[in-house]
Amino acid sequence: MATSANTEDLIRVVVQIADDHLILGHRLSEWCGHAPMLEEDLSMPNMALDLVGQSRALYSYAAQLENKGRSEDDFAYLRKDREYTNCLLVERPNTDFAHTMLKQFYFAAFMHPFWQGVKNGSDETLRGIAGKAEKEIGYHIRHAGEWIVRLGDGTDESAERMADAIDALHPYTSELLEVDDARQSCIAAGVIPEIGPIQAQWNATIHNVFTQAKLNVPEVDFPQQGGRTGHHTEDFGFLLTELQYMQRTYPGAQW
Amino acid sequence: MSNAETIDLEAARAVAVNVCDPELPFLTLGDLGILRSVEVHGTTVIAKVSPTYSGCPALDVIEQSVHDALAQAGFNARVERMMTPPWTTDWITEEGRRKLEANGIAPPGNTQTDKNILFAKTAVCCPQCKSENTIKISEFGSTPCKAQYQCNSCSEPFDYFKCH
Repeated sequence: MATSANTEDLIRVVVQIADDHLILGHRLSEWCGHAPMLEEDLSMPNMALDLVGQSRALYSYAAQLENKGRSEDDFAYLRKDREYTNCLLVERPNTDFAHTMLKQFYFAAFMHPFWQGVKNGSDETLRGIAGKAEKEIGYHIRHAGEWIVRLGDGTDESAERMADAIDALHPYTSELLEVDDARQSCIAAGVIPEIGPIQAQWNATIHNVFTQAKLNVPEVDFPQQGGRTGHHTEDFGFLLTELQYMQRTYPGAQW
Repeated sequence: MSNAETIDLEAARAVAVNVCDPELPFLTLGDLGILRSVEVHGTTVIAKVSPTYSGCPALDVIEQSVHDALAQAGFNARVERMMTPPWTTDWITEEGRRKLEANGIAPPGNTQTDKNILFAKTAVCCPQCKSENTIKISEFGSTPCKAQYQCNSCSEPFDYFKCH
């Protein structure tokens, strides 16, 4: 039976996952009121709610593990850009609907098998969070995946936009699959799953949907990473400014 | 003032279980199956509640409502969030399912008896005319727990409480 993970490593990994969810959820929420049709205007904020809700549970758990009196809000609103450890993929700008759905799809295709592993892992709190998140993210894969097929195998323009989105975003996907020291320690403790099978499932999901969508999986010459160590893209500062505006302007404001 | 000997656990449970959901006000927390336990610790009544969806915006309101209802009934109350094991729509009671349908919302199927439901492969029955000839309009609806459907027989659009 696996031993329990070093608390510092566990906190680092929980915050990484929380940051991924908060930032992707915030990006999606930018679409609220701007979607191409009413159903999408419901879908994207609904998915954003799932992601932000998952991040709340994760931040609360990190705060509890840390035991320094911080709350989920302190994690979400009162850290500086270099303290966020989300992967770069989730902070990339929405650009257009093709970019947005592809980003969602890449992320969900990773998180779905990841949560399935965590659900059967050795950490009781994470097992509970994973049990909910796995079902929610299942909807995200299906929803985004259907759009990728519709757009990739759609008109000349929609196919071109999907291809542009793949060129722009595929270089950011390797960071999802990266295993740093903290993750290694959590894998050893059985808290999170081994990366090999997750990577294989991710590849299979992408390949399957891209084939249906008549899109190609590109070769990446220069994979982009840095988010896990706090080195973000320029766009991140603008995102954080908007995300943190209310807490910075009215410190301690409660909803 | 209540103390450990005189706290009426059954009375406290009855108060908490009958609190209504803010988004589906015809359902009680008992119908939804999200009230997980009511216990007495010393002089405090502790009620444990589970979220339906991670991002359910009603969760804070629900916890506050449980706390207020218990406080109003004279209990020294604390409400805790319980994540493990996660809530599933299978815990919605028969009475809850009947109320959903009576209010025009197709109730979720049982994932234990029909695995196809989780993959949206089972027909959803129209809550108005009971036809199974229905079509999904959108996976996502007015709240995180619902999808939008339309009945091809009676043309009525309706919400479906997603299996979860």
